[in-house]
Amino acid sequence: MNTVIFRTIAPFLAALMILFSVFVLLRGHNEPGGGFIGGLIAASAIAIYGIAAGVNEVRKALVFHPIAVAGLGVFLATLAGFMSLFVDAPFLKGLWLFLELSDGTELALSTPLLFDIGVYFVVVGAISAIALELEEDEETR
Amino acid sequence: MSDLPNHYALLLIALAPFITALLAPWVNRFANGVSGWILATVPAAIFLVLATYIGPIADGGTVSFTMSWVESQYFHFPINLSFFVDGLSLIFALLISGIGTFIVTYSGGYLNGHRHQGRFLSFILMFMGSMLGLVLADNIITLFVFWELTSITSFLLIGFNHNKEASRRAAIQALVVTGGGGLLLLFGLLMIFAVSGHSELSTLMMDQNVLRDHPAYLLVLLLVLGGAFTKSAQVPFHFWLPNAMEAPTPVSAYLHSATMVKAGVYLIARMSPVLNDTIYWNTILPIFGGITLLTGAIMALRQTDMKQMLAYTTLGSLGMLVMLLGLSEKVAILAALLFLVAHAFYKGALFMVVGAIDHESGTRDLTEVSGLRAKLPFTFIAAVLAAISMAGFPISLGYFAKEEIYLLFGPENVWSMALVLVALIGNGLMMAVGLAIAIKPFFGKMLETPKSPHEAPLSMYWGPIILGVLGLAAGFYITDVGQIFFAPAATAVYAKLVETHLKLHFDALLIALSVATWVVGGLAFYKLESIRSFLRRVATVWRWGPDQGFDQFMFGLIRLADRVTRLLHHGRLELYLILVFVCLAGALFTPLIMQDALPKLPAFPNLHFYEWSIIAIAAIGLIAVIAAKTRLVAIVSLGIQGFSVAVIFLLFGAPDLGFTQLMVETLSVVILALVMTRLHLDQRDARVLEEAVRDGAIAIVCGFGFVAVLLAVLSVELDTSLSDLFVATSVPIAHGRNIVNVILVDYRALDTLGEITVVMTAGIAILALIGIRLGGPKRGIGAPKKAPKSGAPKRTTPRSKGARA
Repeated sequence: MNTVIFRTIAPFLAALMILFSVFVLLRGHNEPGGGFIGGLIAASAIAIYGIAAGVNEVRKALVFHPIAVAGLGVFLATLAGFMSLFVDAPFLKGLWLFLELSDGTELALSTPLLFDIGVYFVVVGAISAIALELEEDEETR
Repeated sequence: MSDLPNHYALLLIALAPFITALLAPWVNRFANGVSGWILATVPAAIFLVLATYIGPIADGGTVSFTMSWVESQYFHFPINLSFFVDGLSLIFALLISGIGTFIVTYSGGYLNGHRHQGRFLSFILMFMGSMLGLVLADNIITLFVFWELTSITSFLLIGFNHNKEASRRAAIQALVVTGGGGLLLLFGLLMIFAVSGHSELSTLMMDQNVLRDHPAYLLVLLLVLGGAFTKSAQVPFHFWLPNAMEAPTPVSAYLHSATMVKAGVYLIARMSPVLNDTIYWNTILPIFGGITLLTGAIMALRQTDMKQMLAYTTLGSLGMLVMLLGLSEKVAILAALLFLVAHAFYKGALFMVVGAIDHESGTRDLTEVSGLRAKLPFTFIAAVLAAISMAGFPISLGYFAKEEIYLLFGPENVWSMALVLVALIGNGLMMAVGLAIAIKPFFGKMLETPKSPHEAPLSMYWGPIILGVLGLAAGFYITDVGQIFFAPAATAVYAKLVETHLKLHFDALLIALSVATWVVGGLAFYKLESIRSFLRRVATVWRWGPDQGFDQFMFGLIRLADRVTRLLHHGRLELYLILVFVCLAGALFTPLIMQDALPKLPAFPNLHFYEWSIIAIAAIGLIAVIAAKTRLVAIVSLGIQGFSVAVIFLLFGAPDLGFTQLMVETLSVVILALVMTRLHLDQRDARVLEEAVRDGAIAIVCGFGFVAVLLAVLSVELDTSLSDLFVATSVPIAHGRNIVNVILVDYRALDTLGEITVVMTAGIAILALIGIRLGGPKRGIGAPKKAPKSGAPKRTTPRSKGARA
């Protein structure tokens, strides 16, 4: 499986997939997509990169332990829930902020978006943690 | 009962110790050495604030505070954070904050230089806050919360020396016993609410006969007493209290004088107006109280460890209080309150004295210390003052407490006469212990002790001296003290106005009974050595007690848990799976058959060619799974089926679902393949034919079950009101056109939050499991990864065994 071709294209493929996963995450509110699917795509990217370049390489590239990334995700999602404290609304109430950019496009920032980003991180973190841990053993056999 | 406006001071009183507890470790770090004095300003301030209530409450008023805590439209149970002060709570709160002030300074001296002094001060302040909250609580849930907090904080305090096994055992024992009692109490309090409809104690007190006249009275009484007796260490739940002596001495002094164990007494006194003076109350309480009194007093004589001696006299005193409250008489209630305060003063002082002796000489064994009078003069003074009150010599508070008890003595009532005799013997024996502790260590020849003794610091003797002086002064001004403190408190317990008649008076009968007490006490003191050796001989024969029973109970519990775990958690993976899937099949078919809702076969669907081809590909995937020679091929073939399903989702207008299914299938194939190599599973499926048939049958039944349930669901009209709502509101209020995503992150975000938490936790658990396979965690999360040694022992865990079988 670990052919030269695979090893050569895997980093590019993984990078593209990560980019695509962010795209999927951000379009999720209006088009098919969202944090969960985006997270799965990113996790696949990490798994592919792990198979091609070795787990140590991936861990170095990730800087943080994947489970810490998952923890960040739960934290962000909870934070999105607590935002409503500031406007005296119930927990997890969706809050929206529409910004007009200089070129006239409208940028919508919202707590559901923050929440979705949290979901993304949890899925990436948890699944890539498992995949990397499993790949690691295979390597050292 | 709010004749006064909301007093926010009450909220502050209950919360201030907790806030201070948070700051205590820092204070201790920066003001090492004087941190006790600094932190003691908080309880002192609380005491002063409470002292301003003395006047209004002596005039018959109350102070209250109410704040809504949990509001719900679904159930009518007013949970408020509410406090109120009447005569009874005021006495307790003053004792807790006043003695607490001494205890905090004392801890500053006693644990000076201890590595965890800050932690200790923090615990003791939290404990103080819990006790204050408990005695001030008005709402029954508030009461319960603080009641449980005292159990938890005392667990922390008793187990403070957590590297000692005895400490850990004592802490767990206290927690289990008082926590168990707390559950009974919770049930009892909820019953009280259900029966009376009152959630506030202050209004419950107005409605005096609502509980007594109800058929559930006995149950309520037993539940409340279950809480009170475990907390106040009545026989047979008394064993945790002497064991709790493992805690550092300031804890014992506090636990035994003003707090913890008095919580049960407080509860009994608090509930007296609505529960007392029935045949059950007047029988159960005096009997348990009397037995506890005698047990405590006799067991105290057996000990040579001075802390243990005091601990058992506390037991005796608690028995006395319960017994007196159980008489439901005006005089008895007044006697109980007097005794309570006198006991708090002298017991707190004596514990601190013993702690000082232990701290300065290195031992607290009565037979090992002697002649310390000259070395510890102030400690000696404190001990003598306290012992005078404990022995009940005239004009001390202890004297009046005793006199009040003996007032119950009358030939017309045999029952109370018997109880007075019990009280007399108990008083006498406890007096002997008090004398022993005040006299033995200080007089006689100096003995060699582990440390060369010298006077304790001011922080350790000013408290006991003041408490000792108070014990005498309160007796000296008994008429005024009685009117200001004891009459309002007794009124709260008796629920009718109580005028005190306390003054210095000498009645021949009372004098005679007092003299009898002193004779009993003096004799016991004189013969202490021989009584002790006799009791020790008894103890060598009679070994079993509730303390051993507790160990046996805990051991049995662990054995039972072990058995149950072995039964359910046998480690054979294929049996787990069979169990799960058989249950699943049962769950699928049972409701269909019970409700006679087995669906009819639907008409043959008229599908397009490309739709048929997708279904055919899925079927081919399944056949490939079954026909696969190796497991890896089977896993990949399963992926074929999964992808086909994803395409079906896409075709039928669920792109999100299809998309997700595609990703999940990909990842599960990858991960399954990795797991297979990781667990060193056999390449081939080694099931014999019978097993294959059994598993296949279960699989087919489950499959048909799902189909049947789905068909049954589809055969009824779907209720689309919810999805209509989502469709209609998704863009206007949630600003999203992808309804699936809007539901996930907005409408049902709480569900999603729960799910992602589960995902993360599952991830951690799986990492841990993989770590176990490697033979123990060599690496922590976040640690730099090192490649495990190639020769890592391959342990055969049940998991792989099961999979291979």
